[in-house]
Amino acid sequence: MRRLYAILVAAGLIYMLFVFLGTLPLYGKVDLSNRVSAHFLAKDVNSVDVKKWVEGDKQVPSREKIYGRKGFEDESANVVTSIVVNYRSFDTLGEVTVLFASAVGIGLVLGGMKRMGYGRKPNFILRVSTGILLPLIIMFGIYIFVHGHLTPGGGFPGGTVIAAAVLLLYLSNEEFVANMKTSKSLEGSMGSLYVIFGLAGLATGGAFLFNFLPNGVVGSLFSAGVVPLVYMTIGLKVGSELSGVVAEIHEEREG
Amino acid sequence: MSALIWIAGGMMVVAAVFAVEAKRILDSVIAMSALSLISVFLFIAMRAPDVAITEAAVGAGLVTAVLLVTLFRMKGGGDE
Repeated sequence: MRRLYAILVAAGLIYMLFVFLGTLPLYGKVDLSNRVSAHFLAKDVNSVDVKKWVEGDKQVPSREKIYGRKGFEDESANVVTSIVVNYRSFDTLGEVTVLFASAVGIGLVLGGMKRMGYGRKPNFILRVSTGILLPLIIMFGIYIFVHGHLTPGGGFPGGTVIAAAVLLLYLSNEEFVANMKTSKSLEGSMGSLYVIFGLAGLATGGAFLFNFLPNGVVGSLFSAGVVPLVYMTIGLKVGSELSGVVAEIHEEREG
Repeated sequence: MSALIWIAGGMMVVAAVFAVEAKRILDSVIAMSALSLISVFLFIAMRAPDVAITEAAVGAGLVTAVLLVTLFRMKGGGDE
C-alpha cells in the first residue's frame, strides 16, 4: 500500500512537471527584440514601443546616447546570461568568491583523512543505474554551462549538476574517494582564469570584465563574445568546488 | 497559468507546514526537499527556467544530500 502511494505521488509530480513545462514558449519562438532591457534603458515600461525602437524609430532617450555602442544583449539568446555575465559580471565574480570562501570554510571544519561509510552495502539498483546515468548526468552538466548563452542555465547550475554526479558516485560506492588534488587545482586555475578574462577586458576595452570578443550571430555556439568562455570557467570552477564540498562532508577524522 | 501557480503555491504551503510539524527529523528533511521540488514547478510557471534548473540542482539535490549526511553523522555520533 505504501509503495503504491509512493508511485502515485511520483507519477503525479512527473505529470505536473510536464504540465508546467507546457507553459514555456518553445526554443527559437521567443521574440528576441521584445526585451526587458529596452524598457530599462528608456526608463519607461508604458509608452516605449520596443519593436519600433529596435527597427530604428528611436524614442528619447536614444540607445546610442545611453551606452554608445550596439546592445550587449542582442547577441546572446538567453537574456539572463547577458545580465549575469555582461551587465553584472563583477557581481558574478563576487558570488564565485563567496562560494570559494564557503568551500574553504567547509574544508577547514570538516576535513579528515578517512572516508565515512554508510555502514551498509549500496542497493543493487543504485549501483547499476549509477554506471548508466553518470556519463549522461556529467554530459548534461557540461551542456548546461557550454550552452549558457543560448538556453536557460549557466555556470552555476551546470557545476551543481556535475557535483550531483560526484554525490551519486559517493552514494553508490562505499570505497570511492574523489581525487582532491585535481579538483583543487582545477578550481584555482579556473578562478584565476576568470580574473584574467577581466584583466584582458581592462587592457583591450578599458573596463574590468569588458566583453572584448566579437559578438557573432545570435543562436550559434560561438556567439555573445566572451560570455561562453566565462561561463565555461565558472561551470568548471563551481563543479570542482562543490564536488570538493561533497567529498569533504563524506570525510571523517580517524576514530 | 494562474491556476497552476495557485496549485503549486498551495502544495508548497502544505509541504512547509508538514516540515515544521513532522515528528521525525527525517520526514522534515524530505518535506523540505519536496518544497524545493514544487518551487521548481512554480518557477517554471513563472517563466524562469534558469532559476528552476538551479533550484532543482541545489535545493532538491545538494541541500537535501547535505542535510541527510548531517543527520546520518549525528545519529552515528549518538550511538557510539
